[in-house]
Amino acid sequence: MIKISGLRVTLDGEEILKGVDAEFPAEKISVVIGPNGSGKSTAIKSVLRLAEASSGEIMIDGRPIESYQQKELARKVAYLPQSRNVPDISVRNMVMHGRFPYLSYPRRYRKEDHMKVDEALKMMGLTELAGRKMDTLSGGQRQKAYMAMALAQDTDIIVMDEPTTFLDIKNQLDLLARARMLAGMGKTVIMILHDLEAVLHCADHVILLSGGRVLKSGTAEEVLSSAEISEAFGVAVGFYTAEGGQHCYVKPQGQSARV
Amino acid sequence: MAGAGAFLIVAAVLNICLGASGVSLAKLWEALISGPGESSASRILWYVRFPRTAATLLAGAGLAVSGAVIQKVLANSLASPGIIGVNAGAGTAVAICCGLGFYSAWAIAGASFLGAVLAAFIVVLIGRRTHASKTMVVLGGVAVTACLSAVTETVITMVPDAALASRDFRVGGFSSVDQSRLVPAGAIILVGIIAVCTLANDLDVLSLGDDTAHTLGLNVRSVRNGMLALAALLAGACVSFSGVLGFVGLIVPHIARRLIGDTSTRLIPFCALSGAGFVALCDLIARMIFAPYELPTGILLSFLGGPFFVWLLLKGKGKRK
Repeated sequence: MIKISGLRVTLDGEEILKGVDAEFPAEKISVVIGPNGSGKSTAIKSVLRLAEASSGEIMIDGRPIESYQQKELARKVAYLPQSRNVPDISVRNMVMHGRFPYLSYPRRYRKEDHMKVDEALKMMGLTELAGRKMDTLSGGQRQKAYMAMALAQDTDIIVMDEPTTFLDIKNQLDLLARARMLAGMGKTVIMILHDLEAVLHCADHVILLSGGRVLKSGTAEEVLSSAEISEAFGVAVGFYTAEGGQHCYVKPQGQSARV
Repeated sequence: MAGAGAFLIVAAVLNICLGASGVSLAKLWEALISGPGESSASRILWYVRFPRTAATLLAGAGLAVSGAVIQKVLANSLASPGIIGVNAGAGTAVAICCGLGFYSAWAIAGASFLGAVLAAFIVVLIGRRTHASKTMVVLGGVAVTACLSAVTETVITMVPDAALASRDFRVGGFSSVDQSRLVPAGAIILVGIIAVCTLANDLDVLSLGDDTAHTLGLNVRSVRNGMLALAALLAGACVSFSGVLGFVGLIVPHIARRLIGDTSTRLIPFCALSGAGFVALCDLIARMIFAPYELPTGILLSFLGGPFFVWLLLKGKGKRK
């Protein structure tokens, strides 16, 4: 469980987060949504100490984030950034890096590390591709390799910044299914997503950010049906039911929502 | 890896046995078993060939590892020890040393080591002040190199003898290497290479990008600065006895990456072995090609390195297209 209280972050003289209060419940998928520049990435980077808070508090499992040593935090929270380097190494070596927080000098992997990597590769369906170079993989396969690295990191919390960007529809659905699998394994998953339809189907908890503040939080239905979401995005958002399930629609404001 | 080891051994043996006065493998074996003796073959081996070959191996290994580290840390495949001011720093210090009238081999070795390391530390400090940004380190290196080159030219203009005295150093080679200068530099090189090998995993994690490396528990700034400092010590120790040997730190890591990939745990030891063999072989060719005259090894390396650099640029242009 992560709890953020009164978080303010200033970058290059501009206040990006202006007193954010939010909770990311344990073993659930929490999704942060909001228009561009609303502070989503900065908020999740604060949880990883990649962005320094000017005031406020972040508690992870009841402990202030400052009390964690860097490697201790790396054993608690894994991160899949939005833009990533694609190193000229094999998938297996890439996933092995997930065990880095467990290494001490002189950085030799133990049997347990290899076992964790084998497990992570198997879970992501990458065992057959373990020997392939990262730069020869498709976007979807690379994303899985990064997820396998996060799995090998063996953390309670996994944070993903726009993980579906650059993926085709099939790979997007596959990634969201794997995120659900991770939550089912007892991990707390935090994602930034732009696709509100995907949010509706995968999120247990949604936090809507706009202008560096939380406008609304709750279940996907609560947030996506609120007046605040239209205020944040400047578009009309609603639901319709078809083929036995709920779907989300988005219309420019002022137009009637006909389906 | 075994291939690089075999290459090193073959190059070292050839470097020891071939030359103005050839030494057979049997005599080499005998000299190694019986230690320094009075025979001419033994004296040539123990007092000329062994120190010279050891110098080529140490310089090759040190410069190649230094280059590999710098390329990895700065994520720039065109980087080499020269980019963090090592060559310019050593050149300026040697010019000042000669300009002040200190021409002894020890004075030049000490000055070049201090100059190389100090220049590189200034570049690393600039990097620190700019939050260890890769671009700022490269730009800092360019600025420091420009300033130091101006100082060197000023000294040489004011004291023309300094240009002549520091010529051997600026060209780079192993004709004047002696054991006493080699031992302290060699110790720094060996310890430096072992340190880099044990921290190779950190280099790989760093190459995943700053954010990913940070969230894997790596102290990005400390590792980047520490690795640059290690690279500077390695290159500084090398130039202290070999002078400025260009391109080793550029060519060897490139070829090594093509042969065994980019994983540092394999790349660094491979660079050490193949770099040592490469410089030993170049030194042998430089000695033999115009025998009885000896071409400084640094000149031969420039002949090889210049076209290689152009090839790299053209290859990069093709990729960008």
